[in-house]
This record gives sequence, structure tokens and C-alpha cells, in this order.
Amino acid sequence: MKAAKLCARSGTVWAIRVENLKKRYGEVEALKGVTFSVAAGELFALLGPNGAGKTTTIRILCGLTRPSGGRAFFFDCEVFREPIRAKKMAGLVPQTINLDLELTLWENLLIHGLLFGLSRETIKKRAEELLSFAGLFERRHHKVRTLSGGMRRRLLIIRALMHEPRILFLDEPTVGLDPHIRRKLWGLIKRIQQQGTTILLTTHYIEEAEFLANRVAFIDQGEIIVIDTPQALTERLGLFAVDLVKEDGLETHYFPSREEAEEFMVQMGKRGETVTLRRVNLEDAFVHFTGKRV
Amino acid sequence: MRGFFAVYLRELLIIWHRLPRMLLSFSVSPTLYLVAFGFGLGKDLSVGGRPYLEFLIPGLVAASSMMQGFGINVEINVARFYLKVFEEFQAAPISNLSYVLGEILSGVTRALLSTTVILIITSLAGVSFHFGPAFWSGVVLNAFIFAALGVTSAMVIKSHADQALVTNFIITPMAFLGGTFFPVENMPGPVQLVLKALPLTHASRLIRQASYGEGLNVTDLYLLLVLAGLCLLLAYWSVDKARD
Repeated sequence: MKAAKLCARSGTVWAIRVENLKKRYGEVEALKGVTFSVAAGELFALLGPNGAGKTTTIRILCGLTRPSGGRAFFFDCEVFREPIRAKKMAGLVPQTINLDLELTLWENLLIHGLLFGLSRETIKKRAEELLSFAGLFERRHHKVRTLSGGMRRRLLIIRALMHEPRILFLDEPTVGLDPHIRRKLWGLIKRIQQQGTTILLTTHYIEEAEFLANRVAFIDQGEIIVIDTPQALTERLGLFAVDLVKEDGLETHYFPSREEAEEFMVQMGKRGETVTLRRVNLEDAFVHFTGKRV
Repeated sequence: MRGFFAVYLRELLIIWHRLPRMLLSFSVSPTLYLVAFGFGLGKDLSVGGRPYLEFLIPGLVAASSMMQGFGINVEINVARFYLKVFEEFQAAPISNLSYVLGEILSGVTRALLSTTVILIITSLAGVSFHFGPAFWSGVVLNAFIFAALGVTSAMVIKSHADQALVTNFIITPMAFLGGTFFPVENMPGPVQLVLKALPLTHASRLIRQASYGEGLNVTDLYLLLVLAGLCLLLAYWSVDKARD
């Protein structure tokens, strides 16, 4: 009730609220009190390097892993107290393609629909809609084994949408895919968001978070470092960056305007430095806030 | 219980897609045992006044239903460690009991299929038995117990290699020693005690007695029912423990 009141006061409907989430594996603290909220209809990205705690967060929220502490809510539902109700609200697209390769596309969707309590009529209707939406309708009676990697990813995503979840969890949805297939999937994810679904995405691709997310959380070593819009995060550093090539790597300087950056470049050029001018991007912000590259 | 149906249907679809290969594989072991022990070694032997072949076939049914029931652990292992389909079940709004019952029933289905294959082969060999409710209740209970143990072992073990150890050290010896190939009563007293503690010994006795048309062995039936309940609880507990 307290949580619901807070939402009402701020005027924002929170689809996901995570409070002080902790996970410990023996001596290792995988999550050290993660806290964040995602507004209804928002696409929120958890961005961090491998082992940062992104997947652990999603696994806990989807009931695959037991938390060591903390609370989480999907709308008004407390996830760990009402797991069955929470699971009905959520769709999960895991990092690993966990489809039944021996079954057909249609059979995979049928089993998912039954698991989520849909009627046969609803399953047929939703499966046809989603297979068409993902451009897989013609392949519906083929075994999943015969699909390409990109097609399997698309099937994985639409399978999670079968029961019309209010929240969709995408765990590294484009990992290992060719750039052109990745961009196709970005289009699919955007369209899903436009239909009103709240999306929590984890990725270690900077450009993916920059292109897709309304807000981004940098996560590193089990802790959220900072949360903001991609634009606000980059603007905290400036608009333009100048990279100097040094013996031990790049040294980057940030400037609020192009003129100031160019002036700096001229000075460095006179000293014989190799310099490059570019716009500040999300990776700069990540390096700035965490001290490391993704 | 729709979750239970979804889990079971998935297994049925897998069986359906593999049916020809599966039936062929179900027929290999019993045929070999029948040829080697039944027609070869045991041709002139008799047990309890009956030809050895008549003693052997119910034992093969018991051993095969055990193996096929327990064999779902391989499917669960593949679903858990290779395909990761188990995570789809974990993320779904279904109870652990639905999952366990769905998997156990698929084990029982496989056992019924393998039993049918054995009965077809033996009928070709000219041997006939009584296949009434007592016979089938023995087969189903035996498969249920070992399918539940199969679920438990698949949840508890950490790799495919560990699974092979369980099969090699527990299931295979039981298949040979649980009253399948010889009467347990032929063994020395202390060994008999050990062998009578095996669930398969009671399943073999129940199935054999029913096959001979000697009615239902109520003691064995109750014992197997209690064991089935305990193994179901064990499987339920193990699925909950599988969440890391």
C-alpha cells in the first residue's frame, strides 16, 4: 500500500520497482543492493560488462534465481510474495536460445501458451498474429532446428509475447548476431514498446542501449552506478570529445561546444599530438562513471 | 493443472517426433535378453515348475519399465543443461507439482510404450500371459516410482557425467538384481534381505504374479504405493532446490 501511494504521489506508474536487491553466491556478492524503477511503457536498459550482475538481476525478477535480500514489485504485485501472479505479468527472453529444437515453431508457441494458461483459441490467434509480426508465419510447421540464428531470436521474442505480458525482460537479446540482423531486432523491440509493453533490457552493446533505451542504468560489480537518459548521461561530460593518442592508450578530453574542442585540437596539433574530434557517446559516459570500458 | 498438461504435452510431442526411432530402440534390449537368456541359456531351464522364458519375460517388463521411467532424467538433463528449456518452465506461472507430475507421466508413458513392444515381441515367440489390471498397475507404479527418482536425480546432479554415475552404480545393478533374471529367494539369507529392499524386486514379483494369472499381490501393491508417494515428495523437493 505504501508503495502504491508513493506512485500515486509522483504521478508515475511504476511497472518495475527493485529495492535493495542482493544476491550472494558463497563468498561472492553478485548483487550488492541494486535499486531502480522502470515506468510503465518505458524501455530501460541495464548496461554493464560481463559479470556486472545484469543477468542475475533479471533471473531473480523472473523467478529463476532466489534472491539473498531485497524486494521487487511489478505494478502492485510484490514479486517474491506472489511469484505466480508476478510471472503472469512478465515475459522473459533469455540470453540463451532455450527453444525446443525438435519441435516446430507452432508447437513451441503452443506449449508456452498452455504454460501461461491460455485457451486453445487464444493460442491459435496469438500465434498467428505473432508469427506474422515476426515474419515467420510461412515457417510455422518447420522444426526450430531448421531456422537461422536470427529467426530463432525472433521466435524467442514472440514466444515471450504470447501471453501479452505487461513487462518484457530481454537479456542480451542480440548477442552474437550479425549487425544487420541486430538492427532488424531493434526494429522489432521498438515496435513491441510502441504497443505499450514495458521493457527491461540488458546489454553490453553501447549502441544498443543508446538506440533503444529511454533510460539507462550503468551497472558494475553488482552495483548501480548511475541512472539517467542516454542524452543526459553524455551531456554531463559535454557535447564533443577529443581523443589524444598516447603510448599507454587514448586520453579523452570533453568540451561543451565544437569551437572549444577545435581550439584544443589546434593547440595539441602544434605540439605534434595525434588528435581526433568526435561527438561524446554513451561509452564515454560509461568510462567516466565506472572507470572502465564495457 | 494446465501447467501439468503443458509439461506432459511437450514430452508427448517429443515422443511423437521420435516415435519410429524410439520403438526401434525399445525393442533392441529385450530382444537380446530373450535370445541370449530365454532361448539360448535358459532353453532347458525351469523356475518354480515353469519354463525359464515365462519367468524371464515379466522380469524384463519390470526392468524395462524401470529403465524407461528413470530414463526421463536424460531428457530433463538435456532440457536443463543443453537446451535450457527448464528455464522456460521455471519462468512460467506453474507449480512445482505440475512440473513434476508432467515429467513423471511422460516417464510412465515411455514405460508403457516399451512394455507394449516387449509384449508384441514375446507374443511373436508364442508366449502368452494374463495382462489384466493387476499387471498394468504393477507396470505403472514401477514406472512412476523410477520416473520420480529420475526427476530427482536430474535436479540434484550438476552435469551429464554425474548422471551416468547414478545410472551405472544404482539403476543398472538393480535391473539385474531386482528379481528380473533369477528368483531372489535363491540367494543366501543376508543377500536376500538386501535384494528385497530394492523397489524393483517388489515390482517384478507383482508383475510376475499378475502375468501368471495368480491375482494381485496386495502387500507389494501397498508397498509400491507408499514408495510412489515418497518418491513424488522427493521429486517435488528437488525441483524447488534446483533454483540457485
